[in-house]
Amino acid sequence: MLLISCPNCGSRDETEFHYGGQAHVAYPENPSALNDREWAEFLFYRDNTKGAFAERWLHSTGCRQWFNMLRDTVTYEIQAVYPMGSPRPDTPGPAPESGTASTAADSTTTGTAAPKISGTSISGTSTSSTSTTAPEGATK
Amino acid sequence: MSTEQLPEHPDFLWRNPEPKSSYDAVIVGGGGHGLATAYFLAKNHGMTNIAVLEKGWLAGGNMARNTTIIRSNYLWDESAAIYEHALKLWEILPEELEYDFLFSQRGVMNLAHTLGDVRESMRRVGANKLNGVDAEWLDPKQVKELCPILNISDNIRYPVMGATYQPRAGIAKHDHVAWAFARKCDELGVDIIQNCEVTGFVKDGNRVVGVKTNQGTINTEKVGLCAAGHSSVLAEMAGFRLPIQSHPLQALVSELHEPVHPTVVMSNHVHVYVSQAHKGELVMGAGVDSYNGYGQRGSFHVIEHQMAAAVELFPIFARAHVLRTWGGIVDTTLDASPIVGNTPVENMFVNCGWGTGGFKGTPAAGMTFAHNIATGTPHKLNKPFALERFETGALIDEHGAAAVAH
Repeated sequence: MLLISCPNCGSRDETEFHYGGQAHVAYPENPSALNDREWAEFLFYRDNTKGAFAERWLHSTGCRQWFNMLRDTVTYEIQAVYPMGSPRPDTPGPAPESGTASTAADSTTTGTAAPKISGTSISGTSTSSTSTTAPEGATK
Repeated sequence: MSTEQLPEHPDFLWRNPEPKSSYDAVIVGGGGHGLATAYFLAKNHGMTNIAVLEKGWLAGGNMARNTTIIRSNYLWDESAAIYEHALKLWEILPEELEYDFLFSQRGVMNLAHTLGDVRESMRRVGANKLNGVDAEWLDPKQVKELCPILNISDNIRYPVMGATYQPRAGIAKHDHVAWAFARKCDELGVDIIQNCEVTGFVKDGNRVVGVKTNQGTINTEKVGLCAAGHSSVLAEMAGFRLPIQSHPLQALVSELHEPVHPTVVMSNHVHVYVSQAHKGELVMGAGVDSYNGYGQRGSFHVIEHQMAAAVELFPIFARAHVLRTWGGIVDTTLDASPIVGNTPVENMFVNCGWGTGGFKGTPAAGMTFAHNIATGTPHKLNKPFALERFETGALIDEHGAAAVAH
């Protein structure tokens, strides 16, 4: 079972959370302009990264707030926890000192050097353009 | 059901050749689907100068990790057609492959626990009959007659209100299925190359012309991807995307017991499926772990949940001990149906998205995918399962419609 550090509630069992899939998927800015291919990409295509993956979680039986998490999909190691609307951290590892992510991954990240993820960027394809200005609050 | 029935394991089933510099077709993935594809390419289409590349050992992925259930009682016409074709092939394959992999048609029961379940189940029985799939509705008393260890009392949280039953469904020994295909492939001249990991593809424009591997580059005219949970990784190497999410799917077995469970019981509502393997283990599985994962392991609460469901349905299991649990990586799609067909890359074909139910589809996946690779156009059975359906909207939505837990 994953031990997940909710930004608001601290470390809790995975069973308190719901998974929300890939983070940073923006709702199309001009939906009526999309063709079928682009709609398919938005509706059905998500990155399926092997390695560091930015994903959304909902603390459904706690504070009921969404947040983002950077997690390795092979080792399941949680590398960072950060708020909705914030950009994906460049380098996972110990949590930032400030902000709502201050409780990030304290109990699930090992004290060793942070894994390097620069080579595992979200696969560069058209609609995975990871606009960090997405109105993610709408998913709450 | 005893150990004496198990066939002796042969010393030698296939060669372990070095890869040649070129093949007419290369299949990526040496699991059940990859081997079945190679077999039907050789047998039905005369393509014997082909290779199956397996990054680990033969059939060591999901082919070794599934719960071996075979059935075809799917709701929609497209699904019923391909899974029923698979079932018909299962019925003749032991003879055709000259290998008794103990396909045991002991029937599969899908339990109904709510009025909604009952209505859905009866609807599915009707749909199955129209599609020529054997199906019947059982009331709780008939359920108990077929599987006496099931608790049909009213005093459980989700009482059994009935079940659908497919008598021709059953289980088979998955390792032996893989070995049966592998041996025939080898006899037909197919090179099965283990420990050969694909690291990239060679393309001429938008046409694939070769496969880069840790054993060197192999030129080929056609590539078929049969990599289940790793399909997205391969697609990314080739420059296209798949609407696939890879999840851990866990299963478990108990220690060996005397035969107590005569059929296969599945319950979507309390979420467990149970059969008893030929040797005597109780084999159980349930749904995927919620998060994306390539780790071939999941979270223990998922195991705990399925065991709780099993013990409620089968009180005698309360004293059984778990022998081991494991996980596979399953390639799920949003409509819970597979993707078999052409890709945006010329001469590259994909067979994936079988998610939690790929084992039962093995023969039909192989037959249709081989047809697709050999002719360049889909077989009528896999045509509805093309990648394009996510654009056209012609989804085959088996989620919540068929007996969900594959």
